[in-house]
Amino acid sequence: MADILSAAWLIARKDLSIEFRTRSAFFSAVIFALLGLVIFYYAWDPTAVTATDLAPGVLWVIFTFSGLLGLHRSFGVEAADHALDGLLASPTSREAIFLGKAIANLIFVGAVQAIAIPALALFYNLRLGDVAGPLIAIAILAAIGLVAVGTLFSAMAVNTRLAELLLPMLALPFFVPIVIAAAQATAKLLGGRPVIEVGAWLKLLLAFDIVFVAACTLAYPFTVED
Amino acid sequence: MKISWLPTLAGAAVIGTVIRAVFFTPLEARQGAAQKIFYIHVPAAWVAFLAFFLVAIASGVYLWLRDPRLDRFAESSAEVGVVFTTVVLITGPLWAKPIWGTFWAWWDVRLVSTLFLWFIYVSYIVLRGAIESPELRARYSAVLGILGALLIPFIHLSVYLFATMHPMPIVGKPSAPSLPIEMLITLMLSLVSFTLLYFAFVRARYNYAAERDAAAARTDHDA
Repeated sequence: MADILSAAWLIARKDLSIEFRTRSAFFSAVIFALLGLVIFYYAWDPTAVTATDLAPGVLWVIFTFSGLLGLHRSFGVEAADHALDGLLASPTSREAIFLGKAIANLIFVGAVQAIAIPALALFYNLRLGDVAGPLIAIAILAAIGLVAVGTLFSAMAVNTRLAELLLPMLALPFFVPIVIAAAQATAKLLGGRPVIEVGAWLKLLLAFDIVFVAACTLAYPFTVED
Repeated sequence: MKISWLPTLAGAAVIGTVIRAVFFTPLEARQGAAQKIFYIHVPAAWVAFLAFFLVAIASGVYLWLRDPRLDRFAESSAEVGVVFTTVVLITGPLWAKPIWGTFWAWWDVRLVSTLFLWFIYVSYIVLRGAIESPELRARYSAVLGILGALLIPFIHLSVYLFATMHPMPIVGKPSAPSLPIEMLITLMLSLVSFTLLYFAFVRARYNYAAERDAAAARTDHDA
């Protein structure tokens, strides 16, 4: 187990240092998220819907779509020069490759969130200080589920004829429970409801994470054998 | 021409069920004729779930045994399942309009879950169409077939939690009505006849897939 985790961390560091040196996907995901926040604000009638009511849905819809940008890059970078074949030929277990990719994506998605959530508070005039703890818990749980499923489908989508077109189609139905749970829990928090009321949603997110991290890690080796 | 017994039997059973449902089953007291759609809607939903359950089973066993027949079965069952899910999604709103007063109800867990079921298996079919290599296609679609089945309970639960936290419209929603015996018999007949129809469709679709794969293998051999 320790071997798998250390190998996974090595792969995650490789992906993150590629991303850190080019910053191509990160900037586009952050700018996409900021643009989304702005566009969504103008897509509603501010006299009918208050910014507080709008914010949770906007945040989590943008989170899934900007996540897709990063996820697509995850195996997209390996497609050039058949880099993935080199990775697969190395004495690393397939599970470690998957976990490494997923860890890199998790850090990527978390970094986008770390910019998008304060930007949401700024643009939508929200006071997030009081609910920061539970909101961070929601964000982490949502990101784990999104990344587990998204990393697997990213690995599959790059090998199809439709490539990047297929990833949203495969992944979005799986993001439905995440978006519903995260948006509803955030709405409760912003509405000043007690934290206990978001418990059911947090449990749902946690259960989703456990099932799909396990299922996707086990499924990944079947998508790369040759 | 040789008569194929399974489609003949399934077709006759479905026609018989419809005749019995329309002419020989009593009208429901409050809903009237609208309730008759129940004898198509419920068995179609049953077949849709059966189809996707069997896709998941065939997918799991495929990854273990690697028998292309299992992949062909999953392919056939998924397509037939999408057809029956479409029937569910058409008949449900048709019934809901006169009874609930609206075609679509986001608070109805079964209706919304069925919509997502439809999305998942339509993307399953698109995924199959986007991969050239039969072996890769079989593995990828098996992975999606299994994950899709794991997703259904989560969608169901999240829509359920969503619905129960929102006000319910006040409409005459029948809460688990106990059926009179005539209606129960018609429902049972409809379940049996639709299940026969499912197997008839899957067999026809399977035979097509088998012939297509055999033809492809011959072409590869000649080339």
